[in-house]
Amino acid sequence: MSEIIRVLVAKPGLDGHDRGARVIALALKDAGMEVIYTGLHQTPEMVVEAALQEDVDVVALSSLSGAHMNHFPRVRELLDEAGASRILVVGGGIVPDKDREELSSLGIGRFFGPGTDTRDVIDYIHEEMAARRANEEEA
Amino acid sequence: MAQAMVSALIDSFRQGDRLALARLITLVENRASARDEIIDSILPLAGQAYRIGITGPPGSGKSTLLEELLLKYRKDGKSLGVIAVDPSSPFSGGALLGDRLRMRRAGADPGVFIRSLGSRGALGGLSEAADMALDLLDAFGMERVFVETVGVGQSELDVAENAYTTVVVLVPESGDQIQTMKAGLMEIGDVFVVNKTDREGAGRMMEALELSLEESPAREGWKPPVLGTCAKTAEGVLELQAAIESHREHISQYGKLGNLRKEIGLRRIHKAVSSSVTRALWSDPRRAKLLDRGLDQWLSGAVAFGELVESLLPEGLHAKSQGEGDE
Repeated sequence: MSEIIRVLVAKPGLDGHDRGARVIALALKDAGMEVIYTGLHQTPEMVVEAALQEDVDVVALSSLSGAHMNHFPRVRELLDEAGASRILVVGGGIVPDKDREELSSLGIGRFFGPGTDTRDVIDYIHEEMAARRANEEEA
Repeated sequence: MAQAMVSALIDSFRQGDRLALARLITLVENRASARDEIIDSILPLAGQAYRIGITGPPGSGKSTLLEELLLKYRKDGKSLGVIAVDPSSPFSGGALLGDRLRMRRAGADPGVFIRSLGSRGALGGLSEAADMALDLLDAFGMERVFVETVGVGQSELDVAENAYTTVVVLVPESGDQIQTMKAGLMEIGDVFVVNKTDREGAGRMMEALELSLEESPAREGWKPPVLGTCAKTAEGVLELQAAIESHREHISQYGKLGNLRKEIGLRRIHKAVSSSVTRALWSDPRRAKLLDRGLDQWLSGAVAFGELVESLLPEGLHAKSQGEGDE
């Protein structure tokens, strides 16, 4: 089945750098996905509400300000509370290795740091979505 | 997807679950096979919302203006739904759905539900999907539902046509565009807006619009007003809301709204039947063979165009046999 993958690209928190988020948004669009970009300064609540209304498959969070340990797990938690555990949360930006492990244990998908090839992000999302859809069909 | 899951979603939808609403919009967008069941079960709940279309050329500030409009309606306590359509890339099929970015204040309001759709090319049946998404918002209990599209291309115009009131948003620089759009946008607009009045030429643009509208016949006693707005400062937005509501009152009189719903429903049926027939017609291998042979014959002058077309028509639709039947 060739359903179009929908992705919400969001910048939670106060950091004002969204070049990376924009590059990712364009790359995902060129890879055939529908991308909704929420813009800067979003609270985790706003990100989750937008993700629910847009019924996205993936929430891609970007953080360059060091506040990722507050925002990323909160987004995951709110999504789960809202019954949207199926949504994949991935991260990008600057996050120390030790934090990455902890985020991963909290249900956040892979993290993409500086220098990432956008193709890696696209491949990862495709793999995850294919796996999830296979699971759903089995269930 | 399992039938049971669709039914469960419809049940949750009926109980006011926003997640179910979002998932059902995805289903009517993605799967033609699920559409009928979903729409048939929610349609009895629909018909209460008033549908407003917002269209105009790219960059005319539709989303920013729509947000101001949403905030005004929220002050009146109305619950609101928005379907924002952005073009999909014909190359990748992907889309950057950017309208939500310009409606962040309204988007944070729990009384507003915003959904972005990619146009997905004409084959995806944009106007059907958008129309059904509006049905869902309507049946969910939203009092005003808006659909925003870029006013270029037939499928986008179709979407706007399915609204009860269509607002056409232009900018002071749209002067030349009016000429080219005369056959499209000018006919579907019930309210015209020149946005970005802080720019030069807004007054001239409004005059040109009024002149152009005077040339066209008034539609059922309604003369489309021309308004100036500046979405940046919210100037003129109250007047825009008043114009929309006054058009709503106009068409609500004498049962015109009921007629409009019928017209929209009729168009939907026409489209569904036509596309079914077209699909069946061209997927018939015998016809494909006939066409293949006939094309060469026609190009070499061995057969007349009318004859070729006649030979490809389905049973019972031949002009000759119909003529005979009439006699």
